Amino acid sequence: MSSMAVSHHDEFKAAKALGISHLKLGMWLFIASEVMFFGGLIAAFLNFKLNVPTDEIQLLDVALVGVNTFILLTSSFTVVLGLDALRQDKPQRLAFFLGMTILLGVVFLGGQAYEFSQLAQQGVTLSSSVFGSSFYTLTSFHGMHVLIGVLWALRNLLGTLRGKYGAESVEGIELFGLYWHFVDIVWIVLFTLIYLI
Amino acid sequence: MEATAETSAGRGNWRRYLRWSTDHKVIGIQYLVTTFIFFLLGGLLAMLVRAELLQPGMDVLDGVQYNRVMTNHGSVMIFLWVIPVLAGFGNYLVPLMIGARDMAFPRLNALSYWIFLAGGLLMMGSFFVGAADAGWTAYVPLSILAPDGETVWAVAVILLGASSTMGGINFLTTVLTMRTEGMTIWRLPLFVWGMMATSLLVVLSTPVLTAGLFLVALDRLLGTVFFDAAMQGDPILFQNIFWFYSHPAVYIMILPAMGIISEVFPVFSRKPIFGYKMIALSSMAISVLGLTVWAHHMFTSGMDPRLRVPYMVTSMVIAVPTGVKIFSWLATIWDGRIRFSTPMLFALGFISMFLIGGITGIFLAAIPFDIHVHDTYFIVAHLHFVLFGGSVFGIYAGLYYWFPKITGRMFDEKLGKVHFLMTFVGTNLSYLPMFLVGILGMPRRVADYAPEFTQLNQLATLGAIILAFSTLPFLYNAIVSWAKGAQAEANPWRALTLEWSTSSPPPEHNFPTPPVVRGGPYDYGEKPAEALPAAAPASD
Repeated sequence: MSSMAVSHHDEFKAAKALGISHLKLGMWLFIASEVMFFGGLIAAFLNFKLNVPTDEIQLLDVALVGVNTFILLTSSFTVVLGLDALRQDKPQRLAFFLGMTILLGVVFLGGQAYEFSQLAQQGVTLSSSVFGSSFYTLTSFHGMHVLIGVLWALRNLLGTLRGKYGAESVEGIELFGLYWHFVDIVWIVLFTLIYLI
Repeated sequence: MEATAETSAGRGNWRRYLRWSTDHKVIGIQYLVTTFIFFLLGGLLAMLVRAELLQPGMDVLDGVQYNRVMTNHGSVMIFLWVIPVLAGFGNYLVPLMIGARDMAFPRLNALSYWIFLAGGLLMMGSFFVGAADAGWTAYVPLSILAPDGETVWAVAVILLGASSTMGGINFLTTVLTMRTEGMTIWRLPLFVWGMMATSLLVVLSTPVLTAGLFLVALDRLLGTVFFDAAMQGDPILFQNIFWFYSHPAVYIMILPAMGIISEVFPVFSRKPIFGYKMIALSSMAISVLGLTVWAHHMFTSGMDPRLRVPYMVTSMVIAVPTGVKIFSWLATIWDGRIRFSTPMLFALGFISMFLIGGITGIFLAAIPFDIHVHDTYFIVAHLHFVLFGGSVFGIYAGLYYWFPKITGRMFDEKLGKVHFLMTFVGTNLSYLPMFLVGILGMPRRVADYAPEFTQLNQLATLGAIILAFSTLPFLYNAIVSWAKGAQAEANPWRALTLEWSTSSPPPEHNFPTPPVVRGGPYDYGEKPAEALPAAAPASD
């Protein structure tokens, strides 16, 4: 997203009424639209969960996914630590924490891939039932978001190593942080709805 | 001055309209011209529909062809004409009206246009693989069983939705962060308010449609069973998802048009707008309420009957903010010094035509009446009065009103009046008979009909022919005037909104120096109105 914007309108910055940059506002609005997209998929999943009870739910490996959830939450924590380091003008530490975030994100995706393969072996597939359809669609759509976040973090890591960020230029990392936390929060909702209740 | 006008109008430099450009005015013109071409194509499809319906029996098209033509007529008019043409107005005007140099995200803006174009070409291209034929509503299971063209259609609509969502984010961010000094929230022109309300709906509802069509595409391509009733899939789920977007889409298509005519009335009546805040807030109210009414499209779908009543109530409540607007417009022109120029004629036409569409909407919100006329031509008449009599009249009003600003040339007023007359007569002749034939029981979306409906259908086809020909004086006027009309001054209508305080067409980056706003956009008649500047260039 950050590359989409051009900040050649400096003289208008005085007019900012919200005390928030256009990039961040744009990011929040993008997140709002994403909430609605996920909302559509979640509605589909819940519709089937309520109206078409199935035993397939017993096949879900709550312990495995619980660990995976913990890993993803930790990755949000590393983003916060990285941002904090950057604000203290320590881009080296930011690079370290971005690396951690990428690692944790990749482990999460690996866990999801393992979970999918286990379920597939037990006969739960995209077309085996409405549970399979809605489960895989929702979780892999979230997984795609994690993947995009990992790639974005990788881009930020390269930028950090090239000296692009410092205490005076944190917005690029803040925008990534907004996105990454959003993806995490969505997972908390999904974990609760799919695995816990 | 002359030189700026030439470069900005792009004369001799027209190729930049065919290329990637991040200038909001270039993108605005790209949208306006492209969407009008799609409008003509959608009109051509409508003429095929009306030709088939000229008499009972199958004459021009066979059943499958008819379904394809009807489906794409609706899809083109909604996704490739009314929604994006209003985004075109927004692109050209919002930065000018708030005194900004450009949109908040110029590159995202360009990307929106090109994704829109790709989606549009894909939708039209689907005719080569057997176009979609499940109606613009793409109800399952029909849209799952339909041939390959339906997949292309779904991908096209997903692209168009992405383009639209990016635009919505861009408009909201632009208005909230890019206003010039003195442009407070309560000094925003009402068109900008309309774009804000619309963009809010776009951001919140379009992704849901995209999600729905994503599921349809998965069912078609990857063998998921979301909508396969044999596998306990749920067709009603699709209807809920679809209408969660597609009813708000109606407001997405009307709120900016209401904004346009809210600009036109005060200028051509030389009076302050009546109820500025009420008009602005009613746009936001329609936007929020609009998210709560979708299931009134589903009264006959087998939904829980207890849910019908709340949807009936919310649907009827929307008439209140709409009524607030209509009475405010009437109070604005009341006792004004009215100039019946072409933009004003279309704006007045909007009120009467939209009123017919709106009032019948209240009929339809009533459950018993809706059940009676569901899926008949009554609905077709209602939606065309809203979308053609409302949105398209508003669009024409805007095209004439801002023609001098956009092209730097004046249009021919006489041809404009001929165009209005043909459009007004054609609209009523096309769509009024559809109310009658609908109440008599003629079903919609069917290529054939019982012989007793023939006369009314012939009237409708006659009206459609007049509408088709009505585009000729407009096209001739637009093309010839753009090429060699009289030079337009900066402010030919003596309007007070900011876009008129810069040259016609505006220079690159719009204003030589950022304007400072010192008054409201509609302060007519308070001082010697014609001389009152709403904005002055910053002194240093």
